[in-house]
Amino acid sequence: MMNSILATESLLAAGGVEAIKSGINWICQPHWFFILSCAGTGVFLAGYRTLTKPAVGIFVLVAFTIAYSLSAFDPDFLSIIIKPDNIPITLMFYLFGFFIWLGFRQSALNDQAMEEGKPLMEAGSDDKVLVWPDLVYTELIAMVLCTVFLMVWAVVLRAPLEQPADPSLAPNPAKAPWYFLGLQELLVYFDPWIAGVLLPGLVIVGLAAIPFIDKNPRGNGYYTFKERKFAVTMFMIGFVILWLVLIVFGTFLRGPNWNFFGPYEYWDAHRPVALLNINLSEIFWVQWLNQGIPTEGRWGLPHYVYRELPGIAVLIGYFFVLPGILRVTVFKKLADQMGFIRFALMVQLFLWMALIPIKMVLRWGWNFKYIVAITELFLNF
Amino acid sequence: MSVFSRFGDWVREGQIWGSVFRHGVPRDRRTRAMAVLSNVFLHLHPVAIRKSGIRLSFTWCMGGLTFFLFLVEVVTGVLLMFYYRPTVEYAYFDIQGLRAHVTLGLLREMHRWGAHAMVIAIWLHMLRVFLTGSYKPPREFNWVVGVILLVLTLLLSFTGYLLPWDQLAMWAIAVGSNMARATPVLGHEGPLAQLVQIGGVPLVHAGDDARFGLLAGTFVGPNALLRFYVLHCIFIPLVVGVLIAVHFWRIRKDGGISGPL
Ligand code: HEM
Repeated sequence: MMNSILATESLLAAGGVEAIKSGINWICQPHWFFILSCAGTGVFLAGYRTLTKPAVGIFVLVAFTIAYSLSAFDPDFLSIIIKPDNIPITLMFYLFGFFIWLGFRQSALNDQAMEEGKPLMEAGSDDKVLVWPDLVYTELIAMVLCTVFLMVWAVVLRAPLEQPADPSLAPNPAKAPWYFLGLQELLVYFDPWIAGVLLPGLVIVGLAAIPFIDKNPRGNGYYTFKERKFAVTMFMIGFVILWLVLIVFGTFLRGPNWNFFGPYEYWDAHRPVALLNINLSEIFWVQWLNQGIPTEGRWGLPHYVYRELPGIAVLIGYFFVLPGILRVTVFKKLADQMGFIRFALMVQLFLWMALIPIKMVLRWGWNFKYIVAITELFLNF
Repeated sequence: MSVFSRFGDWVREGQIWGSVFRHGVPRDRRTRAMAVLSNVFLHLHPVAIRKSGIRLSFTWCMGGLTFFLFLVEVVTGVLLMFYYRPTVEYAYFDIQGLRAHVTLGLLREMHRWGAHAMVIAIWLHMLRVFLTGSYKPPREFNWVVGVILLVLTLLLSFTGYLLPWDQLAMWAIAVGSNMARATPVLGHEGPLAQLVQIGGVPLVHAGDDARFGLLAGTFVGPNALLRFYVLHCIFIPLVVGVLIAVHFWRIRKDGGISGPL
């Protein structure tokens, strides 16, 4: 009697845990996970003054730690986080959580101070102190702590060494090093020449261009969000969502055959995926015009250019007409400050950045593949 | 006066000590300034610095830690080079031997975890520089130097990933280098590459494209191992070292750590 009650209870409890887990697995489907990350970032930026209060920070820290630790009871989740090369991911959660908090906390305090006409936290910048002892001691302590931290990490965890390299035995999934997982994720939505060459190139160029695009003279040398909302928001979207969140994607949610799995889901290499991706040309010629995909050229164009005209038109519209529209609407004030060349550069970088979530959503929602698919020249977009 | 401090004074007043440190004990303004000025390493700093610039919550010390982690990588990396031979016959077994037989075999762990930590530290450093708007004039150029350092740091990690020559290494590099195949015009599966031809003979093919240049071959093999080894141990660290020098020099020339004007 007693026994059976206990058994029922633990069964119920187990059922509850399973229900929660499958709930989380469900929420971690790509579109939900992505939308929630964006929403989270948005809410944080909108409410940064309240949300960076120490009490809120501590609450998030504790809640996250509890959830993360409880998750470790799940064998599939555990197998991901204890991979030695995935330790940086756990570290990243905490360090980026903390430092993003610290940065925005100081911005909130500074913004408040400016409204009340009080001095900034960084004020009194003419007061000088001697580097010896004030700075060298800080540096010394930082170095010692860093060394201790590395040593403990090195003693506790051995660096991984798998089987000797074997060119004939591809692991499934074959993952890039963790810091490049965001780029590998882009390979799903773009062809390699965009995901692996063009977009990384644009990231580098875009980063280097920041000081030359951002002509806002305020917010130089102190923490503030209020005075540079646009710049900081763009940076957070690019860095946190399109780089860090995609790394988390690649680490936790990508399994064999680069399929999506929930964080508590077994990586089944034989899970069938019936995916028929569709290109814009098919939608246009077959679904809208009800005719076959053109196999012959027209107007002197090769057939593949003629076939892809709708996609080419969309791209021209996106990269060359849309900037003009943005120029006179949402970005009007910005563009007036910037001048033509700066604005053109900024808008192109912005549109490329926006193309990433656009193509992700199109894929998840409608199995959409290429806007322009000139497979004949490997020129797929 | 205790015995120890008397001994300390005796050492500091002696000729040997005096030959190294040309100033007295840094206890007052003048000797403290001398301590920084007359030391080639400390001389990276100015003598005095804005109060706001040394607040830990302003810089998070992240640039400094990135630099320190780079030094850790250099030291442990040089030690690793004593044990490691970059050939397909030996590479894997040298690493295996290193973890099994070498006293203080923590080297490899320190080197690997240090590399991970450096990647995280440099990202955090960039985040703080951005959030404080420190890339704004007059520091635009130093931000650009920083961006190049960021790319090189990631490449350092990436080239090092191949060296243990295990499955993890080979396939991570295979995934990464496959992209070079798709470089526009220069990769044999890249867009427009087919158009580069003379009389129907393609000029860009698997045997001479961008990926071939990266791997010194058409697959991740012995040539790629040697190429990555040289890039990882010599070429990239040298460039990073020079650029860090430029970076530090410019911090001072641009007026020190940024602060409100
Ligand atoms: C190997 C990599 C790097 C090293 C060793 C390094 C080191 C440093 C150090 C020690 C400082 C002094 C202040 C501080 O610690 O924050 C500094 C400042 C600075 N760093 Fe870096 N850095 C590196 C990479 C970068 C990157 C990736 C960026 C940006 C993309 C960057 C941009 C800057 C700028 C603009 C300053 C001046 C900031 C100010 O005056 O407040 N650095 N760097």
